[in-house]
Amino acid sequence: MTAAETSEALATPNWFVDHTWVIVLLPFVSAALTLFLGKRTPGKGPVYGILAVGTGLVMSLGVLLRFVQHGGGTYEGSIDWFRVGGFHLEAGQLVDGLTAVMLVVVTGVSLCVHVYSLGYMHGDARYTWFYVALSLFTGAMLNVVVANNLFQLLVGWEVMGFCSYVLIGHWWEEHENSSSAIKAFITTRIGDVPFLFGIFALVFATGFETSNILEIGELVEGGGASRALVATAALLLFAGSIGKSAQFPLHVWLPDAMAGPTPVSALIHAATMVAAGVYLVGRMFAVFAAADPFVLQTVSVIAGITAFGAATMAVVQDDVKRVLAYSTISQLAYMVAGLSLGPEGVTAGFFHLFTHAFFKALLFLGAGSVIHAVHSNSMREMGGLRRPMPVTFWTFLIGSAALAGIPPLAGFWSKDELLAGASHGHPVLFVTLLVTAVLTAFYMARAVMLTFFGEYRGHGHPHEAPVSMTGPLVALAGASLSVGFLGAPQLGAPFGQWVFFEQPHEAAFVPWVAALSTAGALAAIAVGVALYRRVREPDPVLRLGPVSTLLVRKYLMDDLYWKGLIRPIRDPLAAAVYWTNQTVLDGIVNGAATLAKAVAGLVHAFDLRVVDGAVNAAANTAGFTGGLLRYIQSGNVQRYAAFLFTGVIVLAVIFTRV
Amino acid sequence: MTAHEWAFAVLALVGVAAALRLVTASNVVHAALYLVVVLSMVGGVYLLLSAEFVAWVQILIYVGAIVILFLFGLMLTKAPIGREALDNQSRGVAALVALAVLAGLVYLFQEAFPWDGPRIDPSGGSAAAVGESIFARFVLPFEAVSFLLLAALIGAIVLSRKDDVA
Amino acid sequence: MIRLPLVLGFSAALFAVGVYGVLARRNAVLVLMGIELMLNAVSVNLIAFSQALGEISGQVFALFVIAVAAAEVGIGLAIVILIYRNRETINVDEVNLLKW
Repeated sequence: MTAAETSEALATPNWFVDHTWVIVLLPFVSAALTLFLGKRTPGKGPVYGILAVGTGLVMSLGVLLRFVQHGGGTYEGSIDWFRVGGFHLEAGQLVDGLTAVMLVVVTGVSLCVHVYSLGYMHGDARYTWFYVALSLFTGAMLNVVVANNLFQLLVGWEVMGFCSYVLIGHWWEEHENSSSAIKAFITTRIGDVPFLFGIFALVFATGFETSNILEIGELVEGGGASRALVATAALLLFAGSIGKSAQFPLHVWLPDAMAGPTPVSALIHAATMVAAGVYLVGRMFAVFAAADPFVLQTVSVIAGITAFGAATMAVVQDDVKRVLAYSTISQLAYMVAGLSLGPEGVTAGFFHLFTHAFFKALLFLGAGSVIHAVHSNSMREMGGLRRPMPVTFWTFLIGSAALAGIPPLAGFWSKDELLAGASHGHPVLFVTLLVTAVLTAFYMARAVMLTFFGEYRGHGHPHEAPVSMTGPLVALAGASLSVGFLGAPQLGAPFGQWVFFEQPHEAAFVPWVAALSTAGALAAIAVGVALYRRVREPDPVLRLGPVSTLLVRKYLMDDLYWKGLIRPIRDPLAAAVYWTNQTVLDGIVNGAATLAKAVAGLVHAFDLRVVDGAVNAAANTAGFTGGLLRYIQSGNVQRYAAFLFTGVIVLAVIFTRV
Repeated sequence: MTAHEWAFAVLALVGVAAALRLVTASNVVHAALYLVVVLSMVGGVYLLLSAEFVAWVQILIYVGAIVILFLFGLMLTKAPIGREALDNQSRGVAALVALAVLAGLVYLFQEAFPWDGPRIDPSGGSAAAVGESIFARFVLPFEAVSFLLLAALIGAIVLSRKDDVA
Repeated sequence: MIRLPLVLGFSAALFAVGVYGVLARRNAVLVLMGIELMLNAVSVNLIAFSQALGEISGQVFALFVIAVAAAEVGIGLAIVILIYRNRETINVDEVNLLKW
């Protein structure tokens, strides 16, 4: 269907599409309500967030229904925010198939997390504030997904960064948590600055008229901007994605962000915020497609390095959440790799984002359930939990299988499509992704074995989680089982009708790729099960000598950043600031005081010498003159009489003759 | 120069000479006697100017009473005798001032009343006119002067009393 | 027929001598005598003008001057005697307590 026909189809108003912006506003409203009324509401506040996101989910399904019925198409609506000179800033919504899918993902996972946190965060000191931040975050992510212009998107982007900082540092009393929050914020910031410049470049290309996404896309496709500008803009935008989606080299914040509560990890660092970087590339794909091929090649290289490196690091982790964190980094790289394949890869990349959101959130929430039961993150202290925690066990198992790419679960379909796409003309990337898939299966098997099988090695009393926590787990497990079929080529791959670049995508099924990946995954799982059936000390993955050390030390990247970048900047900077404060600022203050004292001294001297001097001089002069004049008083009357007579005669002469 | 003027000149010269001796005498009693001469000459001048009542009053009061007063004063205060004892240090300045006064006065009147101006024409006696004038026009000053004399009298008595009187 | 300037000259001379007497004498009584000379000079002046102008009030004024002079001499000598009583001297140079 062409855009014109689509627009006509959409011209018959679908109330949900028209009111997509309400979905965005609802969480902001609930955030405000929770903030002001939360503590006084019975239950302490979650009800507003749950209602808002639940309603949002229903409305998002309504929007998606539109695209299910009529296929792709784009609907845009906006209002003028303000105009400055020739620049026009608007606030609006851009709704197409991608938007609809993202809406469902965000509201769905957010609702699960809201419900899950009822149990997980129960009794927390800042329970109400937690829900405020959750709602605020959800609103910001929805804004990013729905925005029709880059500045509006940027607003949502930055608010998400702030909420991430707040939520990671929720238990900021522990120094490690607050440090992790700062690390996350600063690292994503380093990506945000180039992103901003990318936006500026694109706005400049429009002649400083607008930052509207569709208009920029048209301009770039029509050749209205120079090739150099387009390539530069694309790379700058991608830098923002590198930061937000934790790609190499800005991936270092995501593992440490696991210091936040598990629901936060599930929502923000698995399903939604980190996916925003991928979404950005997809939304601005017109720019990437119109740029020099080397841009997409660069993206491809970075994705490959990230995917492989993160998978290797996931293998040696002891903390269950860190395994999942590195896994997330690796899977995000998969999505980026899919997008880097070009227009055909857009559908594949987003399909993987779609499925990954569900099973990664499931895995995180399941890990949270385990952590909640044994009060520890360390897999060394777990084991044999499948008996006391059956629901958690089965849902976690489903999630792990989905992640490993076992058919017919969701992950298989999305990963397979990516691999199929890579197999056409991108051999290096294909091999990298394949190896990564094998590693993925292995480390998930290891995690499952260490956590749920063998004997319990810890000191707590593990028990199953309450319904508020297991409910979302079941729901997400159901999603992991089912949503994959939306992209199955055998079933017509309806997903490709909703999310595509320029042309609806017909999914191709390459049998040998599917077979190869499945076989590799199964083999890896077998190795993992065999290795970890019994407890082995030390852990086999740590017996690989220097390789193990390198992996455990995260390829020395944290050390590199710390010693090479942060300390050399921070220490001299701190010293310089301290010096400035002591010498310059205090110097100015002291100088002002000294000056005031000097002036006071001057004034005093002036007062003494000049003012008092004048007064004293007047008195002294009077005294001196009097001292001289008193000699006239001789006491001799005849002397006085002499003066008198002289005076009289003189006056008489003067008055009569003159 | 008429006869009047000759007479006047004689009286005037004697009077001025006596006055000069008055202020330069080294004996106080001589000074008092010279004062008598001056006062008498002045009285004579009054007669020449046909102010006979004033002339006799002058002789009566001045020569008759005031000089006696002076003599009593001199007697009671035992003035020292001798040139240096009677004149003070500033004789020179005093002479200068006196000459200045003389010069000034002469300068003042010689223009208004030139040498060949009108002359004094002594008329007949004027006592009747004086009496008339006093008791007609100047009664009040006359009474005031009598009060003045009374006050002076009482004042002199009070001043010269001894201190131990309550 | 006396020329007026003659009389005025006589009066001026007497007055000047009286001034010298006031300023140059040490004895207080002699100072008073000088004052008497001055008063007499004034009286002469008054009488002269009285005759020259035909105004009888000049003579009346001269009479009053004489009366006042008398009063003044009386008081003056009383004061002199008082001073003599207090200080054993009537040397005007030594009566100078009001000096600086």
